Amino acid sequence: MAPKTLYEKIWDNHLVYEEQGKPALIYIDRHLIHEGTSPQAFAGLRAEGRKVRRPDLTFAVMDHSVSTTDRLLPILDSDAKLQFEALERNCRESGVRLFDMHSKNQGIVHIIGPELGITQPGQTIVCGDSHTSTHGAFGTLAFGIGTSEVEHVLATQCMVQSRSKTMHIVVNGKRPKGVTAKDIILAIIGKIGIGGGTGHVAEYGGEAIRSLSMDGRMTVCNMTIEGGARAGMVAPDETTFAYLEGRPFVPRGKEFQAAVERWKLLKSDEGAKFDMTVELQAEQIAPQVTWGTNPGMVTSVNGRIPDPHDYKDLNDQKATESALKYMGLKPGTPIVDIPVDRVFIGSCTNSRIDDLRAAAHFVEGKHVAKSIKQALIVPGSRGIKAQAEKEGLDKIFTDAGFEWRDAGCSMCIGMNSDVLPPHERSASTSNRNFEGRQGKDSRTHLVSPVMAAAAAIAGHFVDVREFDVAHIE
Amino acid sequence: MQPFITHSGLVAPMDRVNVDTDQMVPKQFLKALTRQGFGRILFYDWRYLPGEMPNPEFVLNFPRYQGASVLLARANFGCGSSREHAPWAIGDYGFRVILAPSYADIFYNNCFKNGILPAELTEAQIEELFQRTEKEAGYSLTVDLPTQTVKDNHGLTYKFEIAPSRKEVLLKGLDDIGTSLLHAGAIDTYEKAHAATATMFEAVDVKNYPSA
Repeated sequence: MAPKTLYEKIWDNHLVYEEQGKPALIYIDRHLIHEGTSPQAFAGLRAEGRKVRRPDLTFAVMDHSVSTTDRLLPILDSDAKLQFEALERNCRESGVRLFDMHSKNQGIVHIIGPELGITQPGQTIVCGDSHTSTHGAFGTLAFGIGTSEVEHVLATQCMVQSRSKTMHIVVNGKRPKGVTAKDIILAIIGKIGIGGGTGHVAEYGGEAIRSLSMDGRMTVCNMTIEGGARAGMVAPDETTFAYLEGRPFVPRGKEFQAAVERWKLLKSDEGAKFDMTVELQAEQIAPQVTWGTNPGMVTSVNGRIPDPHDYKDLNDQKATESALKYMGLKPGTPIVDIPVDRVFIGSCTNSRIDDLRAAAHFVEGKHVAKSIKQALIVPGSRGIKAQAEKEGLDKIFTDAGFEWRDAGCSMCIGMNSDVLPPHERSASTSNRNFEGRQGKDSRTHLVSPVMAAAAAIAGHFVDVREFDVAHIE
Repeated sequence: MQPFITHSGLVAPMDRVNVDTDQMVPKQFLKALTRQGFGRILFYDWRYLPGEMPNPEFVLNFPRYQGASVLLARANFGCGSSREHAPWAIGDYGFRVILAPSYADIFYNNCFKNGILPAELTEAQIEELFQRTEKEAGYSLTVDLPTQTVKDNHGLTYKFEIAPSRKEVLLKGLDDIGTSLLHAGAIDTYEKAHAATATMFEAVDVKNYPSA
């Protein structure tokens, strides 16, 4: 039998129906939904008199618009309130499990899936959110879909799909101290460009990926979509199995052992062919900081703001010019000279316990700079929040002048009241620095949690390699 | 879904690479419960000044592009968020066709669910169309799906590629769900063979509704 990639193995395992020359029908093992992109899908089902086929495989959570302050207060945003009510009603009517904003397990959809063990190796997972790629860290095929496709999965538990091309992203060598999963993925996006992976499913490999914790692997897979590939995956290994054991939805005892034996087969065969291969050397990666208006506009912390004339392509020149105008930056400015107004540590990219530990390790005994208007820590889930509080991380953060918040998407997308004001500049651990992403006319610089923490302390970007940084991030 | 067969209309140019879906529909409009009415807010932050005054510098506000129904765009159009609100807004605004050298995957998919044709031309062809649109007021194109061609009134003809299955969906205005449900038997068989379960082994704090 011809050697297969991990992607091909999962694909073949999920094939429900296929006709020559047409897209296939593939089965979906887990469907995650949230308040933002599901109401129209349920409305569509209702209009056609259709039912949710597998409510038991569907999981709902409130995350995008939830408040990160006191949730017992009335919800003032009437539109958000209507969405919460719609999700509640839709779940009740269809029998779907809902983690509402008061659940102790509530959190960002891509955080709680793995945290509760809903996400398991070999599965197909979809959600009406592009960062569904996060779950690929467990060796799943996971990708974001539109609302019409959400409706399709609700009705059929299947997706109409054509095979993607495959891409192998290999990060060799050892990650230097102060260089995190976030820096690896930003460096990859910087190298391939934000459309570089379009049409592909990426599989990550190499020593620098293997040595990452699950939290780190999730960060890498999370931002795969920012390089254009809809899904990113890491073959499961002992790190994966150790993470999963004992989580609420993961099989127990003998069944767990049997599952692990099956999961061990989930890797690309020796000699499997990828349509494209990209290689990076971890030792050459420095902490990354984005300077523009998409995640591919990124450089090393010891770099400078580029000059539009550095680019040969006219479209790139125009894009750079427009990005620098929006960001209020001048060519040639050293990254470390850029002052920051607000700091956001959170989002489905970087709000897990490892992220919070790394940031806390850096800020312990220090204080947020006077020039910083706000420094937010938003844990990805209430579970992570509770764990961090058990470890006393909340105290370290609040003593240092950070605000310790409740779980949700928060300032990554600014759908609640955590918004970056016009023309203010953030050091943010989120995933997108698009125009207006964190708030109209706001200016986002994407960085790792430890880089964000360091920017909060210094008031501007600093090279964390010059400091004592934890090697856990 | 409204079928797409052939369409002629005024071209509006969006001369910018990597236009992301956050620009098409900013986050504050993601709290709607319906798919309707998004045309008014398409490209909101670019299109309007404070107080929702049209920004005269934004291309879609130029008098010459009023009534445009063909959107000419650059590479990697529709990158970023999976929000289907983006094609809802594009369609509701009045665009039926997008012409670009490449599209982001999720956005591309979403267009087909909404009767919008995202046709792919080469960089050089797109550049030529930008120049012609710029030069000639009222520049229009006819996009014909059965023959997979883009034509103007001066003899220009470009052919574009599209997967036959995608073409069929647009031509017939197919409802994907209805088509997939024709294979309900195959889905039943798959489920029996792969009894995927989501057993909860430990109490979690969830509103657990009995299956309807």
